[in-house]
Amino acid sequence: MAVQAREHAPAAPEGRAPSAYAGSRDRPAGGFELWSWLFMRISGLVLLVLAVGHVLIMHVLDEGVDRVDFGFVAARWGSPFWRTWDWALLVLALIHGINGLRVIVQDYVRWPGARLAVNMAFYVIGFVLFVLGTVVVFTFDPNAWPAVT
Amino acid sequence: MAKRKSDFGTLYKGSPGQWSWLAHRITGLAVILFLFAHVVDTAVVGWGPEAYNRVVDVYHNWVVKLMELGLVAAVLYHAINGTKIMLFDFWPSTTRYMKGLSLASTGLFLLAMLPITWIMGESILNSAGIL
Repeated sequence: MAVQAREHAPAAPEGRAPSAYAGSRDRPAGGFELWSWLFMRISGLVLLVLAVGHVLIMHVLDEGVDRVDFGFVAARWGSPFWRTWDWALLVLALIHGINGLRVIVQDYVRWPGARLAVNMAFYVIGFVLFVLGTVVVFTFDPNAWPAVT
Repeated sequence: MAKRKSDFGTLYKGSPGQWSWLAHRITGLAVILFLFAHVVDTAVVGWGPEAYNRVVDVYHNWVVKLMELGLVAAVLYHAINGTKIMLFDFWPSTTRYMKGLSLASTGLFLLAMLPITWIMGESILNSAGIL
């Protein structure tokens, strides 16, 4: 592709919708990339509560991670509210993060075969962690170890 | 040779956006890589108190706590900068104030890190046996 002469408002790259304001950012024009673009923002909004809340509660407030042990998790997951919170966080953070990895891989891994391999590796890791996390969040029963709780 | 200017300033791609773009990437990458490990260490809770307490004890080491402070900073930066991105993308007219809003979001992040560093710093020094 020829080098383009740049005007004050750069033209939108191929596949991107031109933005209305000179300084504003382009977004994907349609298809999967537009859904991905939208998902990152909507899930980001939810993660603003779920992830930031989780980090503040578990790592900063009230002794932070010092107080976390088996008994703490058992008490916390005694409430369906926290089980649901943690599961929603697990799912959204995994999809948001792995889609972010896909965007980064798009920028730095140019050869299509390698790109597919790296992306597939992340998808597999993501799926395995989703299954592992889901099973543990919903089947965990501290009464299996009555001596501690 | 005359100094060449890009559309956005004198630096290569140079607007505040170039640095926040990089920081957003690095913090996002750090958080997802940590999440991979974190799902596994939390899942150990399903193997009982002895196994879980041994794993979670790693988090009580002061060097790990130092990295934990980095993790909290990464999540917080990514969250605040992400909010700024949403503002620009959903209300494009706000990009007129891009410089000011970039400054404000960075300021908000640094301001939030002050008490967090104080609280977590105390815990780090405690674990290191200094306090």
